[in-house]
Amino acid sequence: MAEFTLPKNSVLTEGKTFKAPAGTKNIRRFEVYRWDPESGENPRIDIYELDKDNCGTMVLDAILKIKNEIDSTLTFRRSCREGVCGSCAMAINGKNTLACTKAIDSYSGTIKIFPLPHMQVIKDLVPDMTHFFAQYASIKPWIETQTPPPADTERLQSKEDRAKLDGLYDCILCACCSTSCPSYWWNSERYLGPAVLLQAYRWLVDSRDENTGERLDDLEDPFKLYRCHTIMNCTDTCPKDLNPAKAIAETKKLLVQRKLG
Amino acid sequence: MFTNNSRPISPHLQIYKLPLTGIISICHRTTGALLSVGLIFFVCIVSSIADGAVTYRAMQVLTDLWLVRLIYWGFIYALFFHLCHGVRHLIWDAGNSFERDTLNRYAIIELAASLVLTLVTLIFVSKG
Repeated sequence: MAEFTLPKNSVLTEGKTFKAPAGTKNIRRFEVYRWDPESGENPRIDIYELDKDNCGTMVLDAILKIKNEIDSTLTFRRSCREGVCGSCAMAINGKNTLACTKAIDSYSGTIKIFPLPHMQVIKDLVPDMTHFFAQYASIKPWIETQTPPPADTERLQSKEDRAKLDGLYDCILCACCSTSCPSYWWNSERYLGPAVLLQAYRWLVDSRDENTGERLDDLEDPFKLYRCHTIMNCTDTCPKDLNPAKAIAETKKLLVQRKLG
Repeated sequence: MFTNNSRPISPHLQIYKLPLTGIISICHRTTGALLSVGLIFFVCIVSSIADGAVTYRAMQVLTDLWLVRLIYWGFIYALFFHLCHGVRHLIWDAGNSFERDTLNRYAIIELAASLVLTLVTLIFVSKG
């Protein structure tokens, strides 16, 4: 159900301010969402002032600088620092993106950092992704075949068929798109969301997969697929420039085409 | 879905900056709901005509109020806006124009087209 306000335990409070040392010339202000599961308190917004002249270029560099030099309790996920692992997905200034590929200078003024929207928070910027990955597993993200494999080669694919996977296989499952989608906010227990639906389409169009019919049967559901109302937040926010909304529309088209024969 | 009630829900509508397409999508819903309510009043006006000259004249007193007129033209704008975004949905459902650079352009075209259609209707009505 759509609930527009936050539950009582999630309402934000004011936090601490960490001022930059006196004499710092180039100050950048960061407001960061904090929640400590052991404190029993509501989430708060901590303010950090950083010396921009002694900080790396990306937002992730700033967060690392906070953790290394100012407040070691700040908790977040990060790994590759080059936009291929999807760990550091978060809402920066009102839009989901990867902290590692977003330059600090692409924003002016204060930078506000929140965890991915409408997720259960484990701590600070770390949301619980259990349900998201369970949904991913539910679409069977692997090749399913009926025919026996060729005796002496792999299952081959023409260049044209391989090209159909471009813009789909590139998805890193960072969940920026799914957690930007109001429909996913209100219906995530039953709606699969843009990221998982893009992955579902990736297996629908794979020429080597032989289970298209069953995959379509699974998706033909008022909630799993049809809670998409083409709001387009997903495509707008994808840090890899992919187009989940289009993949969903193509899936809907496949279902119509199948019905029409 | 497993829920641990002690864990907070991260802020969503409170912090997310909806893109133009997202705002238009909400407006599409809202205008849809308002148009349904507006239709009840439309039926009232039509039935007052059916009831005869006396009733209709009484209704005219009401519809001539500037506030009612404003709502009336708001209704017509909402109707055209809802129609234009409906057409946009048809284009999407055919699998077209999902490219990022087309999104804002189409959104502005929709808003402009619904305004133009309202103005054309206004001119048409005031001449007729």
